Amino acid sequence: MRITVRFFAILKDRAGTSETTLELASGSTVASALESLSKRFPDLQRDCNRIAFAVNRSYVKPDQVLRDGDELALIPPVSGG
Amino acid sequence: VGTSDWIEVSAQPLRVDRAVEFVTDPRAGGIDVFLGTTREEKASDGSELVALDYEAYAQMALEQLRALAQRAREKWPIIKLAILHRVGRVELGEPSVIIAVSTPHRADAFDACRFLIDELKVDVAIWKKEIWADGSASWIHPSS
Repeated sequence: MRITVRFFAILKDRAGTSETTLELASGSTVASALESLSKRFPDLQRDCNRIAFAVNRSYVKPDQVLRDGDELALIPPVSGG
Repeated sequence: VGTSDWIEVSAQPLRVDRAVEFVTDPRAGGIDVFLGTTREEKASDGSELVALDYEAYAQMALEQLRALAQRAREKWPIIKLAILHRVGRVELGEPSVIIAVSTPHRADAFDACRFLIDELKVDVAIWKKEIWADGSASWIHPSS
């Protein structure tokens, strides 16, 4: 299955892109997606080890199972306002 | 809800007069308005902040702000509310966020307004970067 990954703020800088796609085995979780992303973008978690996750624009836990076509967002600590 | 809520994430400069106009209503006895503005800062090395640069995951932030408005409506008798957040560069003294709430009595307007800004800061998908006079930039890392 294929998912879209979106990066924001410092994670976008670390990845060097705002968006990518990821091919995963069916049944893969958010945590396993992050593992694949960290291999592709070795600097991703430098200076930022508190990443939250959203799937289709809602926060989820790392054990969330992904489905084909999902939009996974990596959310660094927010600082709006 | 619908036309009683104005929720927007925008690159346009925020206009407090428009927000106040939006929440003005003959049923209201009080309107409370909060502005979050860019504050000057001096780093330990003497360099000075010149602006903040905001980025949002706009689709998610809008959904979160709509849900937040709904939570406030369940707690207080809100007549109208506006939550407007800026993205892009916000100069010193300029507002990055405006929250305006009208209610029949003032205490509820104060409480709802404070609730909305406090909760917005907890988990809404918006980030700010500090822009310094020497041209350097750094993402804010909330310590909590």
